[in-house]
Amino acid sequence: MTDSFDQIFVRIKQWLLTPLASHAPAWLVQIASSLINIFALLGVFLTLFALVSVLERKILARIQNRYGPNRVGPFGLFQPIADGIKMLIKEDIVPARADNIVHFLAPILIAAAAILALGVIPYGRNMTPFTIDGGILFFFAVGSTTELAVFMAGWGSNNKFSMLGAMRAIAQMISYELPLIVTVLPVVMIVGALNPDTIVAAQGGYALGFVPRWFVFTPWGAVAFTLFFVSGLVESNRTPFDVPEGESEIVAGHMTEYSGFKYATFFMAEYIGMFAISGLGITVFLGGWHAPLSILEFIPSYAWFFAKLSILIFVYIWVRGTLPRTRVDQIMNFAWKFMLPMAFTCVIASAVWHYAGRGLRGWLWSFVVIATVYTALSIALDTRRKFASRTYRFAE
Amino acid sequence: MNSVAFAAIAVLTLAGAVAAATLPKLMHAALSLVIAFVGLAAFFFLLGAEFVGLVLIFVYVGAVAVLIVFTILLTRRDVATDRGFNWSGVAVAIAVLAGLVWAISKTQSLAVAAPQIEPLTVKRIGELLMTSYVWPLQCVGVLLTAALIGALVLVMEEKQ
Repeated sequence: MTDSFDQIFVRIKQWLLTPLASHAPAWLVQIASSLINIFALLGVFLTLFALVSVLERKILARIQNRYGPNRVGPFGLFQPIADGIKMLIKEDIVPARADNIVHFLAPILIAAAAILALGVIPYGRNMTPFTIDGGILFFFAVGSTTELAVFMAGWGSNNKFSMLGAMRAIAQMISYELPLIVTVLPVVMIVGALNPDTIVAAQGGYALGFVPRWFVFTPWGAVAFTLFFVSGLVESNRTPFDVPEGESEIVAGHMTEYSGFKYATFFMAEYIGMFAISGLGITVFLGGWHAPLSILEFIPSYAWFFAKLSILIFVYIWVRGTLPRTRVDQIMNFAWKFMLPMAFTCVIASAVWHYAGRGLRGWLWSFVVIATVYTALSIALDTRRKFASRTYRFAE
Repeated sequence: MNSVAFAAIAVLTLAGAVAAATLPKLMHAALSLVIAFVGLAAFFFLLGAEFVGLVLIFVYVGAVAVLIVFTILLTRRDVATDRGFNWSGVAVAIAVLAGLVWAISKTQSLAVAAPQIEPLTVKRIGELLMTSYVWPLQCVGVLLTAALIGALVLVMEEKQ
């Protein structure tokens, strides 16, 4: 019974493909199987995007003591439909001096990159849409094309605000891509595979009978996950790192000259990118689709994945409602002076954990390594002003 | 089906390369070059060398292409003007093509049937890099780190 619920979607897909498999050649079946995966993926995540866009506004409203959208449908739940219709029937304005082709291709490329990245994440037992040997590498390779799309949007618009916004976005994306990738490295080292399915399988089972073997419950894993989450915030341009957009300084950044459905595509790509980064974080650190307790394993695996995903997305929204935004120079300093050294420390700490026997001893030693580097960094990077006599500087 | 895919990717790659060589706007040429890179990566996927294809996208589309467009943006004042036809470029291209054709025609392996090899997994590449080729890997690492530090030194503000 438990098993049939867990595998229900896999069974449905097999049932759909069976009549085809007996008549059609193998390559047609393969294409049909891929198409089913693609449509399922798009259906689930576009629905999730619509839901999260209204939930975000609701949660932000709750944090800021107001009602939020409450006119369309029960509790304002049909708001995304109204928004979608509005975006579709809006006039598509392209600046006269813009580069038409580049301006048109940028939103398509950015959405395609975000959606492709979703394809390699295991959503449940036997539920990876596309199994690639180097799945983690594929995720980052596809993610790195986003920068080019942002550049195309900024340059193609032929607008100073767009170009400056694109420059800011690309600068922070490139800077934080490094810690993002390096924090995944320890897990790849410990598991010995770049395949997301293998990484999830390595996190199954329970230590001492009740603590799940997720990598977030090791000292290096906890630190790496925190760094990964912060880098994810930057990569998806979320508050507190949303400097590429700023109404009072550079309007909407690289999206300034986009209107109607093209703007909606950028918006969608941002959310899908957030889901993809969260999905990778769940796969790599939070045990993928594994249940947190052995007695809860009767709940289907995909339910666990999406439960973890909603918790992470809630934290994203919570952070947005709570924190003020940072300055550009603060973001860059933080990336190169703190995030990167800490990410490399995680790699070393995970090696220490592995060679000290993966038990309590390894736990303690890797904790010592991380604590030492953290303390040294926080002393070295201390920028608090010391008390001193005031100095004046005059214009000459 | 593989030959159909091969033809489609070949057309895409060549179209990208031709566009990169002939488009009047420099920025369009740089962006067309990206299409050619993606086509090359698709070839590696078709051959089963996933790792090489992914690294090609990662390095060339993700980093080198961004580097190229920024170089164009920061060094040219007139990005949008026609750059004319460059005969020296044609000469270099023909020389490279001649060299490649000469090298390919000299190789013996074209005549023999491809041997049965086990699929090139990421794990096997990693094992080889960490055992047989560990010294070249380390040397490349040191070289790249030196280049990174050198770039930082070049752009560092001079202290008065």
